[in-house]
Amino acid sequence: MTPVVSLRNVAKSYLRGKQQVEVLHGVNLDIASGEFLALMGPSGSGKTTMLNLVAGLDQPTSGEVYVAGERIDSLSRAALATWRSHHIGFVFQFYNLLPVLTAEANVEVPLLLTSLSRGERRKRVETALQLVGLADRGKHKPNELSGGQQQRVAIARALVADPTLLVCDEPTGDLDRRSAEEIMNLLQALNRSQGKTIVMVTHDPKAAEYASRELHLDKGRLVDEAARRAA
Amino acid sequence: MKYFGLIWAGLWRKRARTFFTMASVVVAFLLFGLLQGINQGFNTVVTNLNVDRLYVSAKTNMTDGLPIAYAARIRNVPGVKALSHWTYFGGYYQNAKNAIPAFATDARQLFKVYHELTIKPEYLDAMERTRTGAIVSQQLAQQYGWKIGDRVPLGTSIWTTKQGSSTWMFDIVGTFDVSAYNQGFPAFYLNQEYFTENAAFGGSVVHYYLVGISDPHQATQISKQIDALFENSTNETRTQTESALAQQQLKALGDINFIVNAIVGAVLFTLMFLTANTMMQSVSERTPELAVLKTLGFSDGKVLTLVLIEALALCVFAAAIGLALATFAFNSGALKAVFGGFRMPLIVMGMGAGVALLLALISGLPPAWRARQLNIVDALAGR
Repeated sequence: MTPVVSLRNVAKSYLRGKQQVEVLHGVNLDIASGEFLALMGPSGSGKTTMLNLVAGLDQPTSGEVYVAGERIDSLSRAALATWRSHHIGFVFQFYNLLPVLTAEANVEVPLLLTSLSRGERRKRVETALQLVGLADRGKHKPNELSGGQQQRVAIARALVADPTLLVCDEPTGDLDRRSAEEIMNLLQALNRSQGKTIVMVTHDPKAAEYASRELHLDKGRLVDEAARRAA
Repeated sequence: MKYFGLIWAGLWRKRARTFFTMASVVVAFLLFGLLQGINQGFNTVVTNLNVDRLYVSAKTNMTDGLPIAYAARIRNVPGVKALSHWTYFGGYYQNAKNAIPAFATDARQLFKVYHELTIKPEYLDAMERTRTGAIVSQQLAQQYGWKIGDRVPLGTSIWTTKQGSSTWMFDIVGTFDVSAYNQGFPAFYLNQEYFTENAAFGGSVVHYYLVGISDPHQATQISKQIDALFENSTNETRTQTESALAQQQLKALGDINFIVNAIVGAVLFTLMFLTANTMMQSVSERTPELAVLKTLGFSDGKVLTLVLIEALALCVFAAAIGLALATFAFNSGALKAVFGGFRMPLIVMGMGAGVALLLALISGLPPAWRARQLNIVDALAGR
């Protein structure tokens, strides 16, 4: 099967002050369509950097990144923005909803970039909110919702434009255990029933259990799973 | 239009701050509208003044006056179709605060020169019959409750009578309509002959000869001819068109154009910093939100446009309120009493819209550019 995501010898380094910090070292990775991948590792291991590269938020220092059949590491900022609007749904740790907008309006934001009519946008928003179980909370602003509910709104926003890939950065990191389970069940259901490809960064082994595959990063390198288990 | 909700919500993120910034813009544009309106109003009045009238005064200064005997010679200049004169009386009614714009004149001739004023012929006949007669504007008569037949005392701080009194008695014999001129027109006319005979001094002097001409295109030539008549005499003349005279009088008040532009410029300059500061703060506070928009696929250009439109909405909306208030103020009683029937000229509205756009662009561009340059990864990481 052709992978949805392919990373080839991807390296990433940052200049922090005068110091060059190597974050990723020649990472190679394939993610198949319909896969639910949990990316784990200690802080500073390069998980979020890798996620940002896959989501087209950042570009590698060297190597090639292919997502949804397109090489994205050489795209311009403008082209990347358009590409993201078509292919990526992003779920953040701290939800990052726009506080001045209602849940409905927040979910609608990605659709503003499409040519859909107002009526079509409204239908899609309703469907997305139903899918995350918040059809009755559309008129509420983020500060009127619990953390779990806000994260579900964020998932609805990530899904509403029907992206190729759902990218989640610590989606349960700011939630209590019960809300975290709800969110993970929701992501798992989206993966299993809708066939959504999900790449999730998490510290939480319990959250990772919902994924179909776990990968570990350590000091910017993917750890050989067999060796890791043996260790 | 589909981004309106996003822009409007962003604008009102901090309601109090936006409200006070808007209030500042409203006040600034109210001031802009009033000052520019007055300025344009003056210009319009001057431009619209009749060009078929000339004013002849002493070359040295209007107050020096000209001999009344000049009338016959001016009347004989080719192209002159009517001639009258004004001598400033400077009266007041009952109290010095109630200033009356009174002038001694030859009323019948005056209404030929000012052909746009309307008066019943019988009032002019009555004026000729009544040495102490006075013709007043309808507005002035209404203001003081004067009726035809009333005997009215006018005080003056300039002209004492031969009996040593500073109060002159007049009989109201007629009224006339000054609606073509609003309140700025001299409104109380007394007979020149009565004035000349009774003034203790200087009664045979006139301050302006008012010359009606048949062809406005000949205004310059006729002016030169009149001035040439009295060249090298002890009382040389200066002849001007109505428009030139009005401009000269306005200049005596100061360069209104410069004063208005200086005040408005200073206000708008300050406002620019205030608005830019508000927008900067707003963008700074929303850094993570703008990064989220970019994550969702909003391009750099689109984010820049959103922030710019937000600045535009703030400035243009508030400026529109300010200009509307200025228009309302022009039509209110208080300003009407001072400036007469001034209307907010359309050009001022257009200028206001242009200034509001410019203000929005100048104050909105730095924060918009900053939003455009935002790096998603750094912004999301709070760097």
